[in-house]
Amino acid sequence: MDMHVSFGGLELDNPIMTASGTFGFGLEFAAYGDLTKLGGIVAKGLSLKPREGNPMPRIAETPCGMLNAIGIQNPGVENFLTQAMPALKRMGVTVVANLYACDAEEFGELASVLAEEEGVAALEVNVSCPNVKEGGIAFGQDPAQIGRVTEAVKKRAGNKHVMVKLSPNVTDITVCAKAAADGGADSLSLINTLSGMAVDIRKRKPRIANVIAGLSGPAIKPVALRCVHQVVRSVDIPVVGMGGIASAEDVLEFILVGAHAVQVGTANFLRPDFAFTLVDEVESLLEEIGAKSLEEFRGSLELPL
Amino acid sequence: MSLRNCRNVKVLDVSPVGQSKRPGEFFEITLEYPGWDGWQSGQFVMIRPASWELDLLWGRPFSLYSGDGETLTLFVQNVGRGTSRIVSMQPGDEVAIWGPLGNTFAVEPDTPTLLLAGGIGIAPFRGYVESHPKPENLHLFLAHRLPKECYPFELLSKTVSTGSMAEERPEDLQRIIDSLREQIADYAARDGLVLCCGPTPFMKTVQAFANELGARAQVSLENRMACGVGACLGCVTKDGEGHHVQVCTKGPVFWTDKVEL
Ligand SMILES: Cc1cc2nc3c(=O)[nH]c(=O)nc-3n(C[C@H](O)[C@H](O)[C@H](O)COP(=O)(O)OP(=O)(O)OC[C@H]3O[C@@H](n4cnc5c(N)ncnc54)[C@H](O)[C@@H]3O)c2cc1C
Ligand SMILES: Cc1cc2nc3c(=O)[nH]c(=O)nc-3n(C[C@H](O)[C@H](O)[C@H](O)COP(=O)(O)O)c2cc1C
Ligand code: FES
Repeated sequence: MDMHVSFGGLELDNPIMTASGTFGFGLEFAAYGDLTKLGGIVAKGLSLKPREGNPMPRIAETPCGMLNAIGIQNPGVENFLTQAMPALKRMGVTVVANLYACDAEEFGELASVLAEEEGVAALEVNVSCPNVKEGGIAFGQDPAQIGRVTEAVKKRAGNKHVMVKLSPNVTDITVCAKAAADGGADSLSLINTLSGMAVDIRKRKPRIANVIAGLSGPAIKPVALRCVHQVVRSVDIPVVGMGGIASAEDVLEFILVGAHAVQVGTANFLRPDFAFTLVDEVESLLEEIGAKSLEEFRGSLELPL
Repeated sequence: MSLRNCRNVKVLDVSPVGQSKRPGEFFEITLEYPGWDGWQSGQFVMIRPASWELDLLWGRPFSLYSGDGETLTLFVQNVGRGTSRIVSMQPGDEVAIWGPLGNTFAVEPDTPTLLLAGGIGIAPFRGYVESHPKPENLHLFLAHRLPKECYPFELLSKTVSTGSMAEERPEDLQRIIDSLREQIADYAARDGLVLCCGPTPFMKTVQAFANELGARAQVSLENRMACGVGACLGCVTKDGEGHHVQVCTKGPVFWTDKVEL
């Protein structure tokens, strides 16, 4: 089965990518599989300057999911380009850089640094910075801001594909999707984590130092699938789906609903070779269910009239 | 260093150890050997039983304890949701295992070396004692709350000199702290090496004395982990310069003057 996908100038050998923050810079997983087997990897969130991230504890396991408040710890974009990129390029890995900043100007600057790097296939814009200037509301919850950030990135990204990653923590995700599309996004990726919390009754303390954290894993898959379903019907640009994918069946559910590609996040923690084996499993499952091609299967969901 | 990998292996045996007041607290879990060409003490593995399906998502980290190239044994204390399900596995059950992970304890064959174990913290020292080229230079000290028979202490005392103290009453704690200070002072004076694994308050005490008395000492951290391979940044601790570093890949073993506990 031909698993190749292409959208908005992005060419992937197969639709399976790994989600930002759950796969490091990819090299952490090189002992467990061939990175070029993946459609692509989305590197962990990059900011202009290095960030130490949030205090510990930062993670908690929840039923069929987990909470994290890592706080975009990263060594900064320059370090990524000099330390990780050369090896990724040598191996021939398809790399998507995930961008994190707190205003449109800074996003633009990050984009211009990455625009020069030929090994980076696309930029994914993470708009979930809590924007203090606007009174603490996250960027990703304000359609006007999403539009401004998308424009700023697109303007300075050279000919790179720009993917805008949406948050599910909004009343109507399609409004945000339209704002990104109007801002010039080449594709959308969704969903980022759901806002959540966990407490310890014995210690009478939150389980995460930051108190509020992001929920991910199989527990959020129904929400993610609903979001992808709504967004593919409201914009004309391609959608990359993620949230709780933990099997080949899950991948095909997202594609059936209309996603061009998917990202696997928390499931990489089930075992470090998870994403690699998933690629083969998706191919066999497509054949097993009698799909002629990925293209034919994508978006073929039959809805009640 | 051997190549790391992830594979499925079968459980060969699960045996309770010792008689703690809470029955079923300590277990030796023997698995098929995962085919590595070696491991060193201080390193650990992540294991995740196949039966967890999507209930519990993360593997659980355990110190490499004993292995002979045919089998691999872990020493597990049943403390919660994951470990209670791990110790109730049956022979033939399948687990995913990835490793060997992390760095190793310093081995200086001719240096007098003090191993300080707090309870379950004794686990990595079995491998250490058994692989040390000159065990006569080792002394193992165990501070324990549960009966000594619960720990692989008798097993190790056949190989190296040992000491132990029980913490049964509140006043015992001060005795243990005083003893730790005395022992660390002795090894500092002899330019010895101090290795420590146990609960965080225990390691903090050892770190404070080691730093104060100028002893060369290492601690092995047991932070909560999700990936075990350095990717999620969920397990970090602060290094001596205030930077967050991954315990799973930069540790779990740290020199006491290069980590904030
Ligand atoms: C490098 C490393 C080596 C380890 N070696 C061993 C070993 O050889 N034998 C062994 O029995 N245990 C070892 N541990 C600890 C073991 O991983 C935890 O006890 C286990 O993950 C708990 O899982 P659970 O689901 O039962 O606990 P949960 O149900 O998640 O929690 C139960 C209780 O245990 C505490 N807890 C959970 N995880 C940890 C942890 N990582 N460290 C300390 N407390 C924790 C929780 O705060 C809670 O109070 C090691 C940990 C690390 C990081
Ligand atoms: C530990 C962790 C770190 C993450 N870091 C980032 C990040 O840096 N940037 C980002 O856009 N998303 C980040 N995410 C969100 C994931 O990329 C993904 O959107 C989310 O986890 C949902 O997918 P999943 O359920 O498959 O994990 C992180 C998620 C986790 C669990
Ligand atoms: S457990 Fe994921 S980085 Fe250490």
